[in-house]
Amino acid sequence: MTKKQKRTSYILGGLLLLGAIVSLMLFALSENIAYFNSPSDIVEKGAVPGERIRLGGMVAEDSVKRGEDALITFDVTDFAETVSVTYRGLVPDLFREGQGVIVEGAFNNSNLFIADTVLAKHDENYTPPEVTDALKRAGDWQGEGDAKGVSHDKKYGEGSYP
Amino acid sequence: MIAETGHFALILALALAFIQTVLPFLGAQWNDPRLMATGRPAAQGQFVLVLISFLALGAAFVTSDFSVATVAANSHTDKPMIFKIAGVWGNHEGSMLLWVLILSLFGAAVATFGRNLPDTLKARVLSVQGSISIAFLLFMLLSSNPFTRLFPAPFDGNGLNPILQDPALAFHPPFLYAGYVGFSMAFSFAVAALLEGRVDPAWARWVRPWTLAAWCSLTLGIAMGSWWAYYELGWGGWWFWDPVENASFMPWLLGTALLHSAIVVEKRGALKSWTILLAIFAFSLSLVGTFLVRSGVLTSVHAFAVDPERGLIILGILVLFIGGSLGLYAWRAPALKGGGLFAPISREGALLVNNLILATGALTVFVGTLYPLLLDALDGPKISVGPGFFNMTFVPLMVPLLFLVPFGPMLSWKRADIAAAAQRLSVAAGVSIFTLALVFYLRSDGPWMAPFAMALAVWIIIGAVSEISWRIRLFRGPFKDAWQRAKHLPRSAWGSAIAHAGVGVMVAGIVGISAWREEVVTALPVGESFRIEQYELRFDGVETHEGPNFTAQTAQVTVFTPEGEQVAVMTPEKRTYTVSQMPTTEAAIRTRWIEDLYIVLGDEDGTGSWVMRAYVNPIVPWIWIGAVIMTFGGMVSLSDRRLRVGAPKAAKGRVGKNSKAGAHP
Repeated sequence: MTKKQKRTSYILGGLLLLGAIVSLMLFALSENIAYFNSPSDIVEKGAVPGERIRLGGMVAEDSVKRGEDALITFDVTDFAETVSVTYRGLVPDLFREGQGVIVEGAFNNSNLFIADTVLAKHDENYTPPEVTDALKRAGDWQGEGDAKGVSHDKKYGEGSYP
Repeated sequence: MIAETGHFALILALALAFIQTVLPFLGAQWNDPRLMATGRPAAQGQFVLVLISFLALGAAFVTSDFSVATVAANSHTDKPMIFKIAGVWGNHEGSMLLWVLILSLFGAAVATFGRNLPDTLKARVLSVQGSISIAFLLFMLLSSNPFTRLFPAPFDGNGLNPILQDPALAFHPPFLYAGYVGFSMAFSFAVAALLEGRVDPAWARWVRPWTLAAWCSLTLGIAMGSWWAYYELGWGGWWFWDPVENASFMPWLLGTALLHSAIVVEKRGALKSWTILLAIFAFSLSLVGTFLVRSGVLTSVHAFAVDPERGLIILGILVLFIGGSLGLYAWRAPALKGGGLFAPISREGALLVNNLILATGALTVFVGTLYPLLLDALDGPKISVGPGFFNMTFVPLMVPLLFLVPFGPMLSWKRADIAAAAQRLSVAAGVSIFTLALVFYLRSDGPWMAPFAMALAVWIIIGAVSEISWRIRLFRGPFKDAWQRAKHLPRSAWGSAIAHAGVGVMVAGIVGISAWREEVVTALPVGESFRIEQYELRFDGVETHEGPNFTAQTAQVTVFTPEGEQVAVMTPEKRTYTVSQMPTTEAAIRTRWIEDLYIVLGDEDGTGSWVMRAYVNPIVPWIWIGAVIMTFGGMVSLSDRRLRVGAPKAAKGRVGKNSKAGAHP
C-alpha cells in the first residue's frame, strides 16, 4: 500500500467506527429514555401501560400509606391532578408529604403506577427543576424563579390542601 | 474584621491576576524579559492572597462567626470541629474559594519550580493560568462572595447538611477540585503551545507531571465520592450514572487519554495536535463539570439547591474559555508539524487505540448526560436517560480496551512483534482461563458474561505482573540479577504496571457487585428473622439514643450462619439531625475482603413491623482498593526522575542499562 492508500484506509476505518458508535448511541437512547410527565400530563394523555416514564410533583398530604411487605402507596400531585403511585422498598430519607418528588416506573395493566425508583435528594431546599416547572404550568407556584420550592402550605396556609 | 481582610485579599488577588495575565503575555509577544519576569511574583503573590482569604474564611468557620452569611447558612456551634473545617468547602461560596486556591497554587508552583521552562512558554502558561483566575475571582466577587456580612448576626447557624457531615466527604471536594483544576495546567500549557506555534517532546515532558498529579487527585476524589455514596446514602450502590457523577468522570476519561497520548508526543513526537486537543477538552469538561454541579440545571440524585444566576455566569466562563481555546486551535494547530503515520502494531499504535476508545467512551457519557439538557434548551420534551444507556454504550466500549491493556506495555516502539507480546502473556492467559472455569464452577447463578468479565480482570492483573517479571527477567537467571534490574527499572514502568493492576482489581469489584448482588426487602416485627444468601438475620429491636447533634434510632440485627452460629451484631441506624430536622440513613456494613453484608433500616409501617433492606455485595471493596492502587501507581510514576518538577535533564543513562525493551515509556 502506498502512503496515500494507507491514509485513506485509516480515515475510512475511523468513519466506519464513528458511524457504528453513533448508531449504537442512538439505539441505546431510544431504549433508555424516560419522558417526564406531570400528573396533569398523564390525565390529559391517558396512561399507556408498560411505557417507562418519570412522574414528578408534590407528595400529597395524608396520602402516604404503608402496607404489607414494605409496600408503600402515595399520591403525586401538581395541585390540579393527582396520580397514585405504588412502590416497594425503602423511600429516600427526604421523602415526605408536601415535598417534591420524582418517581420512575410504568403503569401496569390495571392503570396503577408502579415505581421502581423514587428519586432522593440531598438537600432540604432542593426541588427538582422539572417539578418546579410542572407546578408552574399547573399555576400553583410562587417561587421567585429560584430553585427553592415554596410549599403549598406557605401559599394557602397550613392544612388548606385542596 | 477577619472577614473583611479575606474579602480585601480576594480583590487584591484579582488585581494581581490581571497583571499576571497581561504583562507576561505582552512580554512573550515582544520578547521583553522584564515583562515576562513579572509573571512569577504575580502568580506567587496571587496564591498568598487567595490563601489569606481562604484562611480568613476558615477562621470564620472555626470560631463560628455567624455574622458571615456563609457561616450562618452552613455551620452550627454544635458541629464537631472536623466538620466545621470541612464546612469551609461544604458550600457553594467556600468550594469556589477552594477552587481558586488550588488554581493559584498550581500557578505559583509553575512560577516557582518551572526554572527549566523556556521563558516565553513559561510567561504564556502563567498568562493563560492568570486569565482563568480572573474569570473565577470575578465570578466569586460578583455572585458568590463568601464574606458577605449578615446584620443582625443570627444567634446560631443552620448547620451543614447532615449527609455531608462525613469524613470521606470532607476530603472528597479538595481531591476532586485538585483534579479538575490540575487539568487547567495541561490546558494552559496547550494554549501556550498554540501561541508559541510549537510542540516538542520537551513540552510533553513538562505537561505530563501536572496531568499525572491531576489524574491521581481526580481518581482518588471520584473513588471517595463513590465510596461515600455507597455507605452513606443507603442505596447499596457505588455508581448510578448520575449527571453529577458523570460530570467528574468525563474529565477523568479524557485525562487518562491525555496521560497516554503525552507519552507518544514525548517519545515519538507524534500525535501532537491530538494531545493539544485532548488537553483543551479535559479542562473544558472540568469546567462543564463545575457548571453542571454548580448551576442546578440537571435533575440529579446528588443535587443541592442552587442559584440559577450563578449558572449563567459559569456558562459564560465556559463559552469564553472553550470557544476561545478551540478557535485558537483551529487557527494555529495546522502550523504544528505532525509526526506522520505509524505502524498499527506498535507501542504508539496501542496508545492511539487507548486514546480512541477513551475519547469515544467520554463522548458516550457526554451524550447521555447532556442530551436531556439539549432537548430541554430546544423546548423539546423533558426526558431522562437511564443507566441502561451507559451500560449499552460505555460498558461494551471498555471491554476491548481492558482486553488490550496488558498488550500495550509489551509492545515496542515503532514496529512491534505481536506474537512475541502474546507469548509473554501466556501465563496471564493461562491464569485467566483457569479463572473463567473456576468462576463458572463456583457461581452459576449470575449472568453468563460474568465469569468472562472476571477472567478479564484477572488477565489485566496478571498481565501487569507479567510485564514487570519480563522486564526484570525474573526466573531467567539468578534472582539477585532480577532484583538488581527491579531496582533500576524506571519508576514510570513500575507506576504504569501498578496502575494497570489497579484497573484489574477495580474491574473485579465492579463485576462482583453487578453480577452477583443479592437484595432482600422485607418488613418484619421484632424477634423475627429473615434470610439472605448464607446468612440468617434476626431483628432484635430498635432503641433511641442521642448523638452530639442528632437523635438516632438504632436497630440491632444479629447475624447467624445457617448452622446457627452467631457471626456478628449489626446496628443500622436512622438519624434525625437536631438543627435541620433532616433524617439520614446510616447503613450497617460488615466488610470482608470478598463481600459486604449491608443492612439499611427503613420506617416502622404502623403495625410494629420495620422495613429493612439487606444486600450481599460480593467483591465490592475491591472497587475502591483498585482506585487506591491506581492512584498509588500514578504517584510512583510521578516520582520518576525524568518527570520530577525542576529536574534539569532527563536521566537517560540509567534506562539504557536494561534491555532495549526496558526503556519503558
